[in-house]
Amino acid sequence: ICFSKPALPLCMTNCPTLIVTVGLPARGKTYISKKLTRYLNWIGVPTREFNVGQYRRECVKIYKSFEFFRPDNEEGLKIRQQCASAALNDVRQYLADKGGQVAVFDATNTTRERRGTITAFAEQNGFKVFFVESVCEDPEVIAENIVQVKLGSPDYTNCNTEEAMEDFKKRIKCYENSYETLDEVLDRDLSYIKIMDVGRRYLVNQVQDHIQSRIVYYLMNIHITPRSIYLCRHGESDLNVKGCIGGDSGLSPRGKEFANYLGQFIQSQEISDLKVWTSQMKRTIQTAEAVSVPYEQWKALNEIDAGVCEEMMYEEIQQHYPLEFAMRDQDKYRYRYPKGESYEDLVQRLEPVIMELERQENILVVCHQAIMRCLLAYFLDKTAEELPYLKCPLHTVLKLTPVAYGCKVESIYLNVDAVNTHRDRPEVGISTYSHTDTDFVADLVNIRGNLCYA
Amino acid sequence: MIQTVQQTLLQTGQRLLWVSSCLDLESCLDLERMDTQTKWERTWEASVPQLTNSPTLIVMVGLPARGKTYISKKLSRYLNWIGVPTKVFNLGQYRREAVQSYKNFEFFRPDNEEAMQIRRACATNALEDVVIYFSKEHGQVAVFDATNTTRERRISIVSFSKEKGYKVFFVESICDDPDIIAQNITEVKVSSPDYVNCDKDEAQADFLKRIECYKQTYVPLDDEKDRHLSYIKIFNVGSRYLVNRVQDHIQSRIVYYLMNIHVTPRSIFLSRHGESELNLLGRIGGDSGLSPRGHKYATALGGFIKGQHIKDLKVWTSHMKRTIQTAEHLGIPYEQWKALNEIDAGVCEELTYEDIQENHPEEFALRDQDKYRYRYPKGESYEDLVHRLEPVIMELERQENVLVVCHQAVMRCLLAYLLDKTADELPYLKCPLHTVLKLTPVAYGCRVEHICLNIEAVNTHRERPGNVDITRNPEEALKTIPDHF
Repeated sequence: ICFSKPALPLCMTNCPTLIVTVGLPARGKTYISKKLTRYLNWIGVPTREFNVGQYRRECVKIYKSFEFFRPDNEEGLKIRQQCASAALNDVRQYLADKGGQVAVFDATNTTRERRGTITAFAEQNGFKVFFVESVCEDPEVIAENIVQVKLGSPDYTNCNTEEAMEDFKKRIKCYENSYETLDEVLDRDLSYIKIMDVGRRYLVNQVQDHIQSRIVYYLMNIHITPRSIYLCRHGESDLNVKGCIGGDSGLSPRGKEFANYLGQFIQSQEISDLKVWTSQMKRTIQTAEAVSVPYEQWKALNEIDAGVCEEMMYEEIQQHYPLEFAMRDQDKYRYRYPKGESYEDLVQRLEPVIMELERQENILVVCHQAIMRCLLAYFLDKTAEELPYLKCPLHTVLKLTPVAYGCKVESIYLNVDAVNTHRDRPEVGISTYSHTDTDFVADLVNIRGNLCYA
Repeated sequence: MIQTVQQTLLQTGQRLLWVSSCLDLESCLDLERMDTQTKWERTWEASVPQLTNSPTLIVMVGLPARGKTYISKKLSRYLNWIGVPTKVFNLGQYRREAVQSYKNFEFFRPDNEEAMQIRRACATNALEDVVIYFSKEHGQVAVFDATNTTRERRISIVSFSKEKGYKVFFVESICDDPDIIAQNITEVKVSSPDYVNCDKDEAQADFLKRIECYKQTYVPLDDEKDRHLSYIKIFNVGSRYLVNRVQDHIQSRIVYYLMNIHVTPRSIFLSRHGESELNLLGRIGGDSGLSPRGHKYATALGGFIKGQHIKDLKVWTSHMKRTIQTAEHLGIPYEQWKALNEIDAGVCEELTYEDIQENHPEEFALRDQDKYRYRYPKGESYEDLVHRLEPVIMELERQENVLVVCHQAVMRCLLAYLLDKTADELPYLKCPLHTVLKLTPVAYGCRVEHICLNIEAVNTHRERPGNVDITRNPEEALKTIPDHF
């Protein structure tokens, strides 16, 4: 019985890393923090963000105006320093005591002095530091940011749009005079990436290790151009109809109908420059054929390999491999089919797909149930526990549109009947099947998660 | 019949290319036919889509001895390995062909009109060859390896590319550390054909004067003036990078690669696991443990490694028993990569070659026809392996001293990358059991030392047999299989 170990050696993320954002308000620091956190967690690196603004809101219950941020406001400064300290304290706990690998310290950190304090804190605790600075002078981009995420902030619940906009602009001004950008000479010993003009240009300095290299690569591939990602499974397949998992069968008649409807739906959406991706399995290719847009095939989008259980029905698996069946329900994310894969393995092989999805604009991905669950978990920030139980029914298109800090999801059922292939997490109990050697089973249950090979 | 075949074409990730005049397919008129051969071939869809449309021209920028040729060759090796046809066009080589013997640095003086003309003609010839490479030789990426230190030269390259529909990406190397420059000159310049008749010091002195000639007119890529160009600027061998306007997937991959390579001296040790139980039986794949001789090897490997006194050695294995058991004997912490697992032979897992010939004779023949692209049913191809090994290669580049304990097919892929072998050579590279390969980067390539640890093992290497036709008889198919118990 095999539960997968993370496919990447853990050693590469040994020393905890503190990512520190730098930049004036409305430069996308929180957007970057949240997105980076979501990505790192998805690839299996426990990451959490610590937003100083939130600490401040908890401390100062009611926000009055930009005056709080004036550099000569002694009281304001004291409170803000306390909040930063409280946040760093939580960072220390997360990284040292709670098994965190990466902490993202999301604040302006615009003075060299403040950054010096943070660097000293990190050194004391044995954390590596990596700065992510966002520099942008395009007034349109800044105004758009303010509209998208600041006006709706708890700070401005009682203001109208103009008031809020005015106040926020004055808030930015409070920071401008003391802003010391990361300097090529003065800060040449620091590790950082400076993102300029929303990704037009990057300055990367002293990347220390693997995780920083991955972070840089990720940050250099994301963009904020509006676009939509369409996810759907192949049309109902012949094996679906039989209730069998895996295999490489073609579409059933209803599946073919879905493919046609999908083609019509896509046409009706009038999407500019749509890319279409499929796996290398018949059922996704046949589905894409009906869309009449050139498509590209990725082996990485192939359905999870169920190994010895390929093409079996759940009843057959229960009959031939009852222990396996139960183990899978214990930890569906890490459980690896004998001679097959786990969801955790899937995430590893899907990472280049995600990276390329980030680079792309409008795109339709025709894939499979387990695959779609992994992709969805990435976009909607679902945990490893939730991922294998996400609902991805046949004949339904999910349209994901990035908005503010997250993703808007529209579910479009194309009205062609199909079998249901979703299996909820059952009540887990080893007692539900009879096995003479109950102690043996109990031992296996206890050591699950520590085994990699039988 | 035609419709069924066409449907099969659509339905699978394989493209059927009929090249025979098979009797019952005479009616397939709208499929390609080649009359000369009597074998039919199958092609497999690459595991990763092309993602590159227009050809890309990478243009190096920088003073002499800044690592431009080193970067050009390394980048080209990497891109070819991941399946992007790439070629380097080194201007120095064109110049050496035009001017048969090099006298001294005076050739490079900016006021040497005659030389200037020759140099300009060489650049034109090189760019013409780039056009041929892209239009007639299916090239995807061309690396124009020259100093390209003036804005004027770069502008002319950009308009040339625009005219032809090529994307341009500049790679500038900036270095002002005199130690690094001196080291470069010693490693690659002093032994260049230009200095074949000079002693080391003369060569060094002349080359330094050559650099001075360029310095006068060198205009680096400018933040303001060149803000519309796509480029990466590498400072001081990678301590800092400036990246501007990455246009597409391939440029993003190039940037990622360039940001992960380094020049710190180190060695990479490659070895297979010790002989396994299944090896002894002549069976492929599976997940068996070591044979007694395999254990002996593992112990010997431990001794060898200790004897090398390697600083900070990292050890990597796959998730399979035989590599893990091998590494256990080393007494050093090791890290397991699933990506280092042996090629998945699908339906042929744990079979002997005789079994495969008996049960899947057509598959056996197809594999011999195109061993790199052939994908076992429900398994993988070498091409698939390369793609799953790419993150391993990237991390190998980042690391320093590493010992990789892996498997035959995997080791062939890694070796092909490190030694710049083609897709045709790759599946036939010799990687015998119980032998360590020590690879040490030197100059523009890699020095290889074969260290056989003198423990007997079966041979698992199967040469390509003479007859790869599906109509061949079993003896012909099994002619080259190695002995086993």
